[in-house]
Amino acid sequence: MLKTFKKGGVHPAENKLSANAPIVTAEIPKTATIPLGQHIGAPASPIVKKGDQVKVGQVIAQSSGFVSANIHSSVSGTVAKIDDIIDATGFKKPCIIITVEGDEWLEEINRSSDIDKNLNHKSADIINKVKEAGIVGLGGATFPSHIKLSVPPGKTAEVLLINGVECEPYLTADHRLMLEKGEEMIIGTKLLMIALGVSKGAIGIENNKPDAIKHLQEIVKNYEGIEVVPLKVKYPQGGEKQLIKAVINREVPSGTLPIEVGAVVHNVGTAFAVYEAVQKNKPLLERVVTVTGKSVSNPSNFMVRIGTPTTQLIEAAGGLPQDTGKVVSGGPMMGKALSNLGVPITKGSSGVLLFKKDEASRRLIQPCIRCAKCVTVCPMGLEPYLLMNQTEMQNWEEVENNRTMDCIECGSCMYTCPADRPLLDYIRLGKSTVGNIIRSRKQ
Amino acid sequence: MDKLINVSPSPHVAGDYSVKKIMYGVVLALLPALAASIYYFGMGAIVVTLVAIASCVIFEYLIQKFIIKTKPTISDGSAILTGLLLAFNVPSNLPIWIIVIGALVSIGIGKMSFGGLGQNPFNPALVGRVFLLISFPVQMTSWPIPKGFNTGYADAVTGATPLALMKEGLGNNETVSNIMNSIPDHMQLFYGSMGGSMGEVCALALVLGFAYMLIRKIITWHIPVFLVGTVFAFTGILHLVNPEQFADPLFHILTGGVLLGAVFMATDMVTSPMTPKGMAVFAIGIGVITVLIRTFGAYPEGISFAILIMNACVPIINRYMKPKRFGEEVKNGK
Repeated sequence: MLKTFKKGGVHPAENKLSANAPIVTAEIPKTATIPLGQHIGAPASPIVKKGDQVKVGQVIAQSSGFVSANIHSSVSGTVAKIDDIIDATGFKKPCIIITVEGDEWLEEINRSSDIDKNLNHKSADIINKVKEAGIVGLGGATFPSHIKLSVPPGKTAEVLLINGVECEPYLTADHRLMLEKGEEMIIGTKLLMIALGVSKGAIGIENNKPDAIKHLQEIVKNYEGIEVVPLKVKYPQGGEKQLIKAVINREVPSGTLPIEVGAVVHNVGTAFAVYEAVQKNKPLLERVVTVTGKSVSNPSNFMVRIGTPTTQLIEAAGGLPQDTGKVVSGGPMMGKALSNLGVPITKGSSGVLLFKKDEASRRLIQPCIRCAKCVTVCPMGLEPYLLMNQTEMQNWEEVENNRTMDCIECGSCMYTCPADRPLLDYIRLGKSTVGNIIRSRKQ
Repeated sequence: MDKLINVSPSPHVAGDYSVKKIMYGVVLALLPALAASIYYFGMGAIVVTLVAIASCVIFEYLIQKFIIKTKPTISDGSAILTGLLLAFNVPSNLPIWIIVIGALVSIGIGKMSFGGLGQNPFNPALVGRVFLLISFPVQMTSWPIPKGFNTGYADAVTGATPLALMKEGLGNNETVSNIMNSIPDHMQLFYGSMGGSMGEVCALALVLGFAYMLIRKIITWHIPVFLVGTVFAFTGILHLVNPEQFADPLFHILTGGVLLGAVFMATDMVTSPMTPKGMAVFAIGIGVITVLIRTFGAYPEGISFAILIMNACVPIINRYMKPKRFGEEVKNGK
């Protein structure tokens, strides 16, 4: 029997429409809008000013704290301005806007596609490269990767898990990357293992990508200590805690990080970015983005420069269909609906998903019939119906005691609710209030 | 595309589930048992079912429209289900006016007075049934004997249920094996050839309904299995202690409302606990109370009371029977 996590989970229609579309390099945009806060943590501070000439790969904003990441220019040209622009979150965020002229790269970046198999690196050098290159978790959480590579004192890393699950329906960016850049990704995995000082690595892939599983299984024969683990298809297996449970059968305790059970998890996209940073000296300035949807004429996977406007990608996939009712950045379960299609692609953008009008709105809310489906599917063992009720009543103590902070916002409860209740909306509200209460208590 | 695009928060897709689908799924699961009732009790079963469903739906409509003044939601199927379950819990020769009163109590007091669908603490059909049992004890306990599907509504011959025979016999200091002579054998009981509430007699049909609901994932196995298991274990122990004083466990499961209660009444989503652990406690409680009433109480049958008593305990069960949280029990030494 295939491995999977035990508690809860759902199986939404997979709709991997773009699974057979090879990665195409998207056109370089005319103007690149590069946000300073593309990661969790403090936004980077700009080190260029209006009128400066920049090259591809040049640092334009520097990491401004422990949890922060460098930002590089993904294009060459002139800095037009540094201004607040609405990004995918719907809020105005500071961005560096560059008018593109040509495509001139920094000389130290190796642009050849030859595979560099040299693994003779020191741990500290790799971590430093990862930090310099501004690599963040490309699965969507965008946590700066170098922090995960520095194991805190008192803890030991035992195993590196590479997340190739891609459990979100529709998205195929990781799938294509594993197929087309498999060897590079495995070398990146090896580099991450060296950085962490672990001898075991495992790549978890859901069984709906048999071609990727087979391909990587062939490659890992040449790389000691890496195992490809096929997993049963179940959402949210790409969640860090669920993946650890599925692959090594350990449960990360509430409120702690995976290192507590000796595991470090990185996404396949991150492993590839690490390969490029260490072997090719190339910082994180582009990523694979899936553009898909039932009404999209050519569901595609693009290699996109950071800062490219979303509209340009939609055009490249066949244009915006007439009956579009919602555009989502990311997957259908956890993605963010965009209010403005001009928002730039950032390090965390894994997909652009178009919904038709009839798929776009929610159904009418009905009374809870206490069917307990939400309790059954919650992968964290919470009671979504209760959290919603208690949040509605603003009974914050109960909300906290019932572990609202453990919620990973996967949306399984809402997906499965027969009465179409807005469970996750309320849980988010409760999490933010309880989070504030906890923080103020600590002060 | 016009300028209005939807920007609701995630998730952006929903599964193909609805309250309506669940309600009609349960109705579908009840059809084998309905067919069995018609087969055994004839016209009476049809009349009682139609009257109960129609009056439940009409009362829900009228109450929502004229008393609560909201948009009637009779199309969600919950009133139809309540009506069907109420019919299943009464004899097939019950006078129409009594059925109508039962429907009014079920819908009016059992459901709408608490705020309608999802708000009621007690199973509405059982509230109706118990109200009728206490108010009209004669009509509610004159059970038609199965005489085939061409039996007319008015000309049903009545007799006692196996449970009533057992209670009466034991009360007259007869032995179990003696009483068993006047009761159909276990195979007959399994097929449902006995007196009783119209929907409860045919174990075979009820088990079919259970299987259907399991396959459709409408209910989980916990409540029916724990409930029937408890009745089996408890009556089994009593039977082993004194086989002439206490009937055998299979007799207890196949007669009366244990199977109907376990599969369709206790599993009512609104009035049962939210976690498997809670469901187990709930079902074991029902099983124990049922056997206590049957063997030591005044009534021959106690499943309705047992379910209503445990319904009242559901909030406290939910409070203490929490699901196992992720990361609560850390395994493998780390």
